[in-house]
Amino acid sequence: MAETFTLTAQNALPQGDVMTLGETGIRVAPMARLTTLMPGRGDQDIFARALRRHHGLGLPQAGQSTTADGVECLWFGQGQYLLIGAEANVNLLKSAALTDQSDAWSTVLIEGPLARDVLARLTPLDLRAATFAEGATARTEIRHMMASITRVSDSGFRLMVFRSMAQTLLHELKETLEMVAARP
Amino acid sequence: MRLPSGGQIDRDTPVRFRFDGRDYTGFQGDTLASALMAHDVRVLARSFKYHRPRGTFSAGSEEPNALVTLGSGAGADPNVRATQQELFDGLEAFGQNAWPSVGFDVMEVNDLLSDFLGAGFYYKTFMWPKKAWERLYEPIIRRAAGLGRLSGKADPDRNETAFAHCDLLVIGGGPAGLMAALAAGQAGADVILCEEEARLGGRLLSEVEQIDGGPALDWVAKVKRSLKELPNVRIMARTTVTGVYDCGTYGALERVSRHMPRGRAPVDCFWRITARKAVLAAGAIERPIALRNNDRPGVMLAGALRAYVNRYAVAPGRAVVIFGNNDDAHRSARDLLAAGVHVAALIDSRPDATCDLPLAFHPGAVVTAVHGRNVVEAITFQEASGRSQKLQCDCLGLSGGWNPSIHLTCHLNGRPVWDEGIAAFVAQEGAVPGLHPVGAAGAVFSTAGALDTGAETAGELLSQMGFDPAEITVPEAERQAYAIAPLWNVPGTGRAWLDLQNDVTVKDVRGAAAENFRSVEHMKRYTTQGMAPDQGKTSNIGALAVLADATGRDIPGTGTTTYRPPFAPVPIAAMGAGGRGTGFAPQRFITSHDLSVAMNAPMVEAGLWYRPSFFPRAGEKTWRQSCDREVAMVRSAVGIADVSTLGKIDIQGADAAAFLDFVYANKFSTLKPGRVRYGLMLREDGHVMDDGTTACLAPDHYVMTTTTAAAGPVMMHLEFASQVLKPEWDVRLTSVTEQWAQFAVAGPQSRALLEALLERDLSNDAFPFMSCAPITLAGVKGRLFRISFSGELAYEIAVPARYGESLFRTLVARAEALGGGAYGMEALNILRIEKGLLTHAELHGRTTAFDLGLERMLSPSKDFIGKAAASRPGLVDPDRERLVGLRSLGPVLQMTSGAFLFEEGAEPVRENAQGYVTSVGYSPTLPGFLALAFLKNGPERHGEQIRMVDHLRGIHANCEVCDPQFFDPEGERVRG
Amino acid sequence: MRLTCPRCGSRDLREFTYRGAALARPDSQEWSPAWDDYLHLRDNPAGLSTEYWYHGLGCAAFLIVQRDTRTHEVHSVTLAAEGRT
Repeated sequence: MAETFTLTAQNALPQGDVMTLGETGIRVAPMARLTTLMPGRGDQDIFARALRRHHGLGLPQAGQSTTADGVECLWFGQGQYLLIGAEANVNLLKSAALTDQSDAWSTVLIEGPLARDVLARLTPLDLRAATFAEGATARTEIRHMMASITRVSDSGFRLMVFRSMAQTLLHELKETLEMVAARP
Repeated sequence: MRLPSGGQIDRDTPVRFRFDGRDYTGFQGDTLASALMAHDVRVLARSFKYHRPRGTFSAGSEEPNALVTLGSGAGADPNVRATQQELFDGLEAFGQNAWPSVGFDVMEVNDLLSDFLGAGFYYKTFMWPKKAWERLYEPIIRRAAGLGRLSGKADPDRNETAFAHCDLLVIGGGPAGLMAALAAGQAGADVILCEEEARLGGRLLSEVEQIDGGPALDWVAKVKRSLKELPNVRIMARTTVTGVYDCGTYGALERVSRHMPRGRAPVDCFWRITARKAVLAAGAIERPIALRNNDRPGVMLAGALRAYVNRYAVAPGRAVVIFGNNDDAHRSARDLLAAGVHVAALIDSRPDATCDLPLAFHPGAVVTAVHGRNVVEAITFQEASGRSQKLQCDCLGLSGGWNPSIHLTCHLNGRPVWDEGIAAFVAQEGAVPGLHPVGAAGAVFSTAGALDTGAETAGELLSQMGFDPAEITVPEAERQAYAIAPLWNVPGTGRAWLDLQNDVTVKDVRGAAAENFRSVEHMKRYTTQGMAPDQGKTSNIGALAVLADATGRDIPGTGTTTYRPPFAPVPIAAMGAGGRGTGFAPQRFITSHDLSVAMNAPMVEAGLWYRPSFFPRAGEKTWRQSCDREVAMVRSAVGIADVSTLGKIDIQGADAAAFLDFVYANKFSTLKPGRVRYGLMLREDGHVMDDGTTACLAPDHYVMTTTTAAAGPVMMHLEFASQVLKPEWDVRLTSVTEQWAQFAVAGPQSRALLEALLERDLSNDAFPFMSCAPITLAGVKGRLFRISFSGELAYEIAVPARYGESLFRTLVARAEALGGGAYGMEALNILRIEKGLLTHAELHGRTTAFDLGLERMLSPSKDFIGKAAASRPGLVDPDRERLVGLRSLGPVLQMTSGAFLFEEGAEPVRENAQGYVTSVGYSPTLPGFLALAFLKNGPERHGEQIRMVDHLRGIHANCEVCDPQFFDPEGERVRG
Repeated sequence: MRLTCPRCGSRDLREFTYRGAALARPDSQEWSPAWDDYLHLRDNPAGLSTEYWYHGLGCAAFLIVQRDTRTHEVHSVTLAAEGRT
């Protein structure tokens, strides 16, 4: 006879607000539904229409993201998009390969007047507002880690790294914020 | 001596500090050098080789003499330029390279041996006996010579690296740089202005002059206010641009908190600045004139004299002589007089020079010698008439002219060009794409010229970048004349110094030429001129001129040495900031990490991952006891191992099957949904790249596993195959390594464990070896594979990573109830060695499918990466070293991987090597040491004896060659 | 050094990996001198060099970069998937 058992979900990081210094906060985002969408060659238009019809989302240009009703779509690299916050509609399957990545990435938010200074110490990406405005997204590097950075507000950035490296990301962010805030 | 008034110091804010154990007081705004000068402390250091007393020579970062050690203990900082070190309350500094003190140094005896210690002395003198070099000469020389010393302890300070981006980078905050920054800022460009000093103004801080009808510093303050109001302008003070790199990348060192007591803030920050365009407004550096004993404390650059007077309100001496070959020397005399400092004489080597200052003026005269030891006491000069005179003084200012600071323009191979008019090298046009010298760095030596060129060049660059440069008014400023007649050294007997920091004299350079080291690069290495931390900022051109003279060439014909980054010393601690300890690389943790640690498992690094080595239980004293128990547990009951670190790649698309056929040597297009196959991946050169299993989840949907180490390289390889080699195919790749937590459930009890957990029939009929299926457990969707890396009946179960820890806990508890438990990397390794299964110890990049006995996997019926190259005769030569097993014979203490194999009786030398050992372990199952090895013609030699020799560790063992599948060669257990 | 990825724009060198000369893979499945060329023989131009770069810490695109080995000037960057020009 099988005994009953349950599986409990565990985030890679402690939840919620982690640290605030100089009015700049580091916060771990709750786990959300993440799906990579990879449209087939030549299916781009059908895919764009399906994304619009089933999720109300425009197809983001390279380096951009689109949002509608709390659901977001990021351009996520060569031939890839990332749907955040909703289960992908099965009709997308007609034009794209879907892969569940909800557990693959950990998300941390940094927001406040020192956020850009902190990130300038962790990533070579040009984060000036003129080149990286609200809604802009990039696949790049954070301290040798493959990462995704999205500007979510004037002074706020969403950072994603692979789940296994989430602790390193958080550690680097905390150390760096502390050092930036300690500058004369 | 402090002057009664003037200067830019804050006399209301006294600052207490210590130098060499004595207490002093200076003012806010002083440098360590100016504050010590105010107290008439003349000897600040001892020289590199001869331990001659040395004093402050300059007023900036070019300082060759006044290097001190700041602080004490682990964080002590050697070779800090006293002329650049801002004073702060509690600063403590020490003189260097002297014992017992810089004022009295017993090593000064070296100076008496100078004939013996000249350039190249160690090449000639300490030739033999050979052994004495390491034991005797080198330690003595190293003790005697040198500058500051590191503490040898771990650095307690923090540092940073950072990135910045801008349209225009302005290097230098003097009049030219300020004008350029203002023009660009007002046009709306993103500007970064890097200024080496704490304050903006550059040379204006040291001068008395007018801009825009008022004091120059008022104009500086006004521009600073305007710049601060512009959000697109960023002023980076205390920041030296140190290097120029490709595509508009600049390195810069910001001294973040060196001007204050050490705290939590970083000491330095090393910046990488990306700029579309840059202006070089780094100014110019004055050069001395070589003459006898011109290194005595009190001998300084003439321009520095007025910097101390004008900026810090300190008199560098009570009776000053100024000696120069150009108009700028007159300006120093003028400012000193104006400040009430006695100028004993102004000596100008130009016979036609005129002067209307109220002082003793000697045109056409030269200073021939300096007298005094710890301080200048007098000089001798020779008048135009030829008559020599001795003159009492305590300070000598030298001006041999000014060199535009063009170091940065040479970092991308640009060669400077000689300019006869100013007797100096200037930047080659276009030497660095996008970098444009302005002001003194661009050989324009007047303030008005600096403002003009700054505004003009910025305007041109702004237009090139698509900005609309606003009309900008260039203020009125002085347009000083600058005429010069070259003079590099004053001939005569005695030692005339060129490179103060490395103790190089005119005689040394002439000696180099005499020894036929005529190339400037050879002269530099023979004499070490320009090789000290200051990189010869004040000495390069003088040394070059002496070399040109000695070899009968002109200066452009002699050329310069190559200027390379960094322009100013950059601490390794700054460049490598954040890279110490665990900061060196990201740490990757498996979902069972915390539980494994709680079970006392030592975690071992595997690439970036941390994996448990073994799970010790009560009573187990060594890792071997735990490992043996875990192996036995898997062979007799059931073990649980976290295998999530293996790479997992999701492959979808209409051409996915064809793609797998192409990237694997064996066939995959025949694989049916629900089935798994072992695949062998080759590099295009025919050698094995990786191996792993690939499961067919659905038509056109596969998940490939890779080894932990090769996960990244295999992903890149697949992207290459898909994007470059087969771009027309419909293949979509994405890594799912991190999505899934995956656990091996291995051992005869694994089926019972999983059947109970999954409430599912897992019999051979329902779920045979090499099957896969979607599963649901506790409402969570997962995947089940029947694959084995232990040779036992085994499964791998995968769930989304968030459930990994929970599942691991459950699996271990259930395994323990069945007489098993968790096992770690050590046991995993023994289990696979017993079965002759491969890891990257065997797939080390030089092995072929043939070497591994897998040549039958190379499919003849399709193209695949590596196919053509794998067929080369040399890669299938029977005499190649090929995979075998080795079993220890007789009592053996240890076998070691990396050991070589020799035939019985053969001498264990390279020529006789028959192969080598790749993996070794102690098997508790087949008690004894087992090894996997590569042996010439190995498969034909089963049953032979072979000798293993580990030269490095001195270990020998006799072994029997056998099949690498030591245990259950028929594979009955895995299919059981 | 920086490269301008056609997808991502100007990015720092550390996001990229150099992957060697951009050569066409021979069609034949048999070993031949063409394979020897492809695997082992390289020009060493003082001038324009055409090479593969992988934007591994970015969008994962393989790029074809034309670069002057004397000046390190980057002449062009195109997507390898769109073919050699």
